Amino acid sequence: MAPQKTPSRWLVVALVLASASLMTLDATTDDGSAVDPARQAVGEVFGPIEAGTTAVVRPVSGIPEWFRGRDSMRDEIDDLEAENAELRAQVRTSGFNRNRLAEYDGLTAAAEDLGYALVPARVIGLGPSQSFSATVTIDAGSRAGLHPDMTVLNNDGLVGRILRVTRTTATVLLIVDADSTVGGRVGETMDLGFLSGQGETSDDAGLDLRLVDQSVVPARDDTVVTWGSDGAAPYVAGVPIGRVSEVYSSLRDSSQRALIEPFVDFAALDLVGVVVPSGSESDRAVIEADGSLGR
Amino acid sequence: MSTMRVLGATVALTVALVLQVSVFPHFAWHGIVPNLVLLVVVGAALVRGAEFAMVLGFIAGVLLDLAPPADHVAGRWALALLVVGYVAGRVAPDFRPSAGAVVATVAACSFLGTSVFALSGLVLRDPAVGIPDVLEVIAGAVVFDVLVTPLVLPLVMGMFRRLEPERAVAR
Repeated sequence: MAPQKTPSRWLVVALVLASASLMTLDATTDDGSAVDPARQAVGEVFGPIEAGTTAVVRPVSGIPEWFRGRDSMRDEIDDLEAENAELRAQVRTSGFNRNRLAEYDGLTAAAEDLGYALVPARVIGLGPSQSFSATVTIDAGSRAGLHPDMTVLNNDGLVGRILRVTRTTATVLLIVDADSTVGGRVGETMDLGFLSGQGETSDDAGLDLRLVDQSVVPARDDTVVTWGSDGAAPYVAGVPIGRVSEVYSSLRDSSQRALIEPFVDFAALDLVGVVVPSGSESDRAVIEADGSLGR
Repeated sequence: MSTMRVLGATVALTVALVLQVSVFPHFAWHGIVPNLVLLVVVGAALVRGAEFAMVLGFIAGVLLDLAPPADHVAGRWALALLVVGYVAGRVAPDFRPSAGAVVATVAACSFLGTSVFALSGLVLRDPAVGIPDVLEVIAGAVVFDVLVTPLVLPLVMGMFRRLEPERAVAR
């Protein structure tokens, strides 16, 4: 009995219809898709497996770091020294601005001390480019006190927001995803704008900035921070996002388009923090706003 | 023997999915990783024929659509991989395929699968990605899938052959 080469027609029709109805079901329901319980269930199963696999792989994936030659390290030192000098020059000239900013910072902090705390988490899964969406899985879930629409950041800047959680994992939409839009503020001029991702996660990932006031031209190397949403969800205010790397102006509709280079290296994302209200219940140590560790 | 086959397919799919999501991103090029789940479906098609591969492709696709960190409209990979299973099963030669035939099938199926997925995205307006980016990803995916074929396909095909030898004799 040889394997059947031509599958029966009803099977083909049934399976195609099943995929189509699944897509319709997921695409047409706006909030709280009907597929979400299934996603949740699959996530509960695959989350721990992904976490375990990453724990095993992490030491191995670090091996190339050990074999970096002297030359590459020397190059890196040169680069860092150059950057250092540049930064020192910037600090010298910006003393006045810094002092003024410190005053403002103190004011805003006193006015609305939101008291954020961070839940630390590690990235355990990355969506492939073949799926054309930039999402990652992290190893903290509802047991760690996470909910959808929480801000995710790392020590470089804004990473993204939480889409959905299982008990032990959460799916994060990166800000470079083509569907992601973040309200941003150009740090120097306080102009508001919207940053949308370009769907690229590699080193040359970028974000598009459209300013609300179209007559303003953002300067190169200006820092863009989050603008902050109502109730601190999904994005809290003041998290650095990136710096302006290029500005294009269109003569025809007299508007500006700026390209933002994110501070976060999305190709090498590992340790991240999720912003939670201070004093949240969690299954791990929470980093409180004053730097202390709470439980 | 049927339970063994289901068990084997489940294990193969789970391992492929977890490797694809958690391990290969460390070696990714522009975020493109080898689509191991697609390779499992192609391997099943070459040994078991179109009908089994279609069902397996559908299940594999649904898993890929639902397992974290997936966020696209569910059912898109299901459709893409079921097409892959069907086509790979139809073009599979009647006896043991040569290495060249396997690589050619993988290349064609990788192109087809990623394209169907991308097209469904364009129709549903799921991610707002431009055509040039899509083409770059498709090309990268084909290269990567072909590169890992010598490592993955013999394993997968060997497993499906061993699980039900009496049915696979003709292949």
